[in-house]
Amino acid sequence: MTLLLKAEGLRKGFTLHLQGGISLPVLEGEALELHAGECVALSGPSGAGKSTLLRCLQGNYGVDAGRVLLRHRGAMVDFAAAEPRLVRDIRAETLGYVSQFLRVIPRVPALEIVVEAGVEREAARALLRRMNLPDRLHSLPPATFSGGEQQRVNLARGFGPAYPILLLDEPTASLDAANREVVVALILEAKARGAGIIGIFHDEEVRDRVADRLHRVLPIGPAPATEAA
Amino acid sequence: MSALLQAEGLRLRFGAAPALDGVSVAIWPGEVVAVVGESGSGKSTLLRVLSGQIAPDAGTVHYAGQDVLALSEAGRRRLMRTEWGYVHQNARDGLRLGVSAGGNVGERLMAAGERRYGSIREVAARWMERVELDPARMDEPPRNFSGGMQQRLQIARCLVTEPRLVFMDEPTGGLDVSVQARLLDLIRKLAKEMGLAVFLVTHDIAAARLLAHRILVMRRGQVVEEGLADRVLDDPRHPYTQLLVSSVLAA
Repeated sequence: MTLLLKAEGLRKGFTLHLQGGISLPVLEGEALELHAGECVALSGPSGAGKSTLLRCLQGNYGVDAGRVLLRHRGAMVDFAAAEPRLVRDIRAETLGYVSQFLRVIPRVPALEIVVEAGVEREAARALLRRMNLPDRLHSLPPATFSGGEQQRVNLARGFGPAYPILLLDEPTASLDAANREVVVALILEAKARGAGIIGIFHDEEVRDRVADRLHRVLPIGPAPATEAA
Repeated sequence: MSALLQAEGLRLRFGAAPALDGVSVAIWPGEVVAVVGESGSGKSTLLRVLSGQIAPDAGTVHYAGQDVLALSEAGRRRLMRTEWGYVHQNARDGLRLGVSAGGNVGERLMAAGERRYGSIREVAARWMERVELDPARMDEPPRNFSGGMQQRLQIARCLVTEPRLVFMDEPTGGLDVSVQARLLDLIRKLAKEMGLAVFLVTHDIAAARLLAHRILVMRRGQVVEEGLADRVLDDPRHPYTQLLVSSVLAA
């Protein structure tokens, strides 16, 4: 199967300058591969760094070391070292992302949010309907929508453009059972067309239905103290 | 493709205080770059140097292959009338108050060479609509308009000549919050439709997140951090950026 993404040697920590400069190491030597048509679920205890890893793969966080090679326009490029302009191109064409919450833009209607992601108007409308968002909501900005409705706009924006690689951060967290089924179907359809998906799924039932394998993210403890023999 | 505007090694002192202390920036066609930082960080000075309004003590500024600092005053004015736009914080600095709203828009078109009165009026009306002003009011003076409307009028005046690069100095400063959101959304939409490169100076982090592809953080005349807008805001590295980001109140 075609390799879509290969992360290697990822290191990521945070230095909190406002808290006396304390360092929080989160990822160390993290490596991951993603192939066309598969879904990899990140697993591991809360706080282990699953979200941090996902954000590093999305470019929202910068890595301290390591590479994120991903297939963009047919060639592998190091996304972690990419210039901002290239990151924008990659996000527009290759790398989709569904965050946990929609960051709403004032005054932009739900339909336009999906269209602006590069989806034909009718397809965007159909997708919103499929997400059980009635037509009367399409022309309204999602600022006043419920959390679940906003998340469904977010999902439509993420699944609409048929990205080759899709990152999902708890895509079903605020959804009811019916909408969860829609998301499961969308994931399975994306895999069938050859997309690679990396996701965090707290809902184990969903995870087991969509994921081909688990990638465990383990907390990195403080360096072990030298023990007396 | 190369940078539309590129500046290197800019230095400028006002008396003892360095306003620009070794600043290099580039902006690419269609790119929205926000410069954030508190008052006195040098961000507005940078805008004035990049647009050729003040000469730096050292450094270079190139626009589309031309040496901006070597341009004659006439050459700089020609750029300002055609390929560049400048949106002032205070709309009254960018508008002519003795001229009608429509005249403010049409005047810039005339300055860029358009001579047919009928088409000037038509284009001015169309631009008023684009910035969500009622074209029926084009013969009214700008003082009849609210602050937010005046700012939109200034933007119409600036964009009517279809510039490639627009400098904006705190375009939402001093406006009501509800008016700010509308203006920001309008800027976002027009920049996207027209493929504008925008160099935006703001102290409003939320505005920077909404509009900018890339963010430069300035402090004491230096760029202390720069990069992808969402990365600078969500994963700030420099102590000053962390302070700026953590100081924003979440609504």
